[in-house]
Amino acid sequence: MLTIKNLHVSIDDNGNGKEILRGINLNVKAGEVHAIMGPNASGKSTLAQVLAGREGYQVTAGSVRYLGQDLLAMTPEQRACEGIFLAFQYPVEIPGVSNALFLKTALNAMRKQHGLPELDAMDFLSLVRERMKRVGMDEALLSRAVNEGFSGGEKKRNEILQLTVLEPRLAILDETDSGLDIDALKLVADGVNDMRSPERSIVLVTHYQRLLDYIVPDVVHVLSQGCIVKSGDANLARELERHGYSRVETENTAKQVA
Amino acid sequence: MEVQLQSWQNMKLAQVPHMLAGHAMPWVLAARRSAFERFAAHCFPTRREEEWKYTDVSIIGRRSSLAPDHIPPDPSSEAKLLAWTLASESLYLMVFVNGHYAPGLSMTDDLPAGVRMASLANILENGADLPESYFDPQHEHTIFAALNNAFATDGMVLDLSPGTVLKAPIYLLYIASGHGVAIYPRNIVVAGEDAQATVIEHYMGTLDAHNFTNAVTQISLSAHAEIEHCKLLQEGPAATHVAGIHAEQASDSHFISHSFALGGRLARNDITAQLLGKSCHCTMNGLYLLNERQHLDHHTRIDHLAPECISREYYRGILDGESHGVFNGKVVVHPGANKTDAHQANHNLLLSRQAEVDTKPQLEIFADDVKCTHGATVGQLDDDSLFYLRSRGIDAELARSVLIYGFTNDIIGRVNMPELRTRIEHLVLERLPQGDQIKELL
Ligand SMILES: Nc1ncnc2c1ncn2[C@@H]1O[C@H](COP(=O)(O)OP(=O)(O)OP(=O)(O)O)[C@@H](O)[C@H]1O
Ligand SMILES: [Mg+2]
Repeated sequence: MLTIKNLHVSIDDNGNGKEILRGINLNVKAGEVHAIMGPNASGKSTLAQVLAGREGYQVTAGSVRYLGQDLLAMTPEQRACEGIFLAFQYPVEIPGVSNALFLKTALNAMRKQHGLPELDAMDFLSLVRERMKRVGMDEALLSRAVNEGFSGGEKKRNEILQLTVLEPRLAILDETDSGLDIDALKLVADGVNDMRSPERSIVLVTHYQRLLDYIVPDVVHVLSQGCIVKSGDANLARELERHGYSRVETENTAKQVA
Repeated sequence: MEVQLQSWQNMKLAQVPHMLAGHAMPWVLAARRSAFERFAAHCFPTRREEEWKYTDVSIIGRRSSLAPDHIPPDPSSEAKLLAWTLASESLYLMVFVNGHYAPGLSMTDDLPAGVRMASLANILENGADLPESYFDPQHEHTIFAALNNAFATDGMVLDLSPGTVLKAPIYLLYIASGHGVAIYPRNIVVAGEDAQATVIEHYMGTLDAHNFTNAVTQISLSAHAEIEHCKLLQEGPAATHVAGIHAEQASDSHFISHSFALGGRLARNDITAQLLGKSCHCTMNGLYLLNERQHLDHHTRIDHLAPECISREYYRGILDGESHGVFNGKVVVHPGANKTDAHQANHNLLLSRQAEVDTKPQLEIFADDVKCTHGATVGQLDDDSLFYLRSRGIDAELARSVLIYGFTNDIIGRVNMPELRTRIEHLVLERLPQGDQIKELL
């Protein structure tokens, strides 16, 4: 589904190119769940944003293929219509635009791309109500402006609501578990597990084993200083929880030196 | 550039009051003639005057004629269609074509007791029970108001007796029709104690012609009265428009002004309120949506003259192309207006590099124990918000329109009547790329 080869990404930091991703290789097959862990500032969100098409990053080397296409040549909206969804670490507030209008515009834009008729107001409402119940979201949040004044947890649930309404093929969840209470975490995990299917892949960026207790990943990667320094199965995450990142990082430096 | 009237123009224009409604009454004629003299003595303002620093009105001065047109042509089918649509809604409609009342297009049946609504020209022709103060030079807030005093052809006179509550709004539709016409509407609203009404002034021009409108609306609110006034400026792309809206408020009254400016080549709105009695509420809202070479200037002024009054002012602008917006919001807290609470905000979105906005809050405080705040911003569409929408499959153009729509919502949402809110929302969306899509999804 997704193949990343030797991806190098820089940003322009006051005129100086600063390299954030330094040769990422990642292969996510259809139906798999991958977890990406790693210390703060290691480049996890940067990777997620680059995959979703955020402007302002320079890809200096490497390639990304998604369902046989050159992902980096596509606009963010094309990527979304082709099934890529990013749950933002920091969801954006959009004053004056109701959550309902936002969701309806997004859903219908994608339906239009796929040659499907637009959903009418009634069908849309019943769909959204059902999904809101599933992620335990208060219906009042539908008529409020997108994320404006939402609590941290409400924002995260709102991302999951969009995920369940838009039903992407590749979902990238950037720390969706951070800031959720224990019950919400369970609800979100259930929502994600419901969506697991042989055609759908999920990439979870997380700092906590707790999420991975609910959503058991097929592969766990450790991202450190812009490189994937270690990959393994679900046990790797437990190991990290116990020993922290320092051991992996040292191992890796040792390897590089050798 | 200095524009003075040539003496031949002057002589011709000085004769105009003799042909207007009310000319048979000596006091009306005299008042109009002296108003014209005041205008001719000063003529058009130049940019050297502080109040006109950002707005050059010389294109009005270069017109071939300033005289009001007196045989209105048939309005365009688009304008008639709007009049017919409005006539079928639950509102009271007065249509004016080039400044002349068109009873055939209007709908004023079933006005409740306590409401007198009439055409100014009718009143002036039938013996005029207008107080002489309506031509009072003291009420001429700009030199254009003097010209309006001299040349006003028609307009609405509304009298609400104490306690009258008008549920349905009054809709004044001003249609500019023809080429190069000059239009001088004059409206007068007098609200008795506890009276309530909503008045909409919609200026519509459909032709690409340099029509010139010079309008004045005076609103007086007695104690506890509440008037919501909404102006929709939708003039044609070559039109010039100068208008004054002036409220005087007695104690505990509430005046709400909305100004939506969408069309016109050059427009200037002077909106003022005098808070004469204790505990008044005054709200002024505005939205300007400009592109190409449009120039739009809002000058607002709120005079706090009595204690414990509250004023709120929310203006927003969206500027594209080479357009130029001006917001000058003056709040004067006079001696004795203690415990004044005034807040003003003006936010602007620039959509192009060539667009420009001058925003200037002016607070002058001469009283104690007052709370006055203001804020002004000029910015661009937010990249993070754009990316967020696009990452959900919404194309860049539609995403931009959604964000602009959101920005306007803060102002549109302040209109009290839901039907009016929807009408304005649609007018705004019609101006945005793919706005029809958003309209369908609302
Ligand atoms: N637009 C930018 N301008 C400047 N620096 C940036 C920008 N975007 C990312 N960075 C820097 O790149 C590095 C990686 O950031 P990123 O957000 O990808 O980290 P992360 O792994 O997601 O961290 P966290 O776990 O804290 O969320 C950080 O040092 C960050 O400051
Ligand atoms: Mg991050």
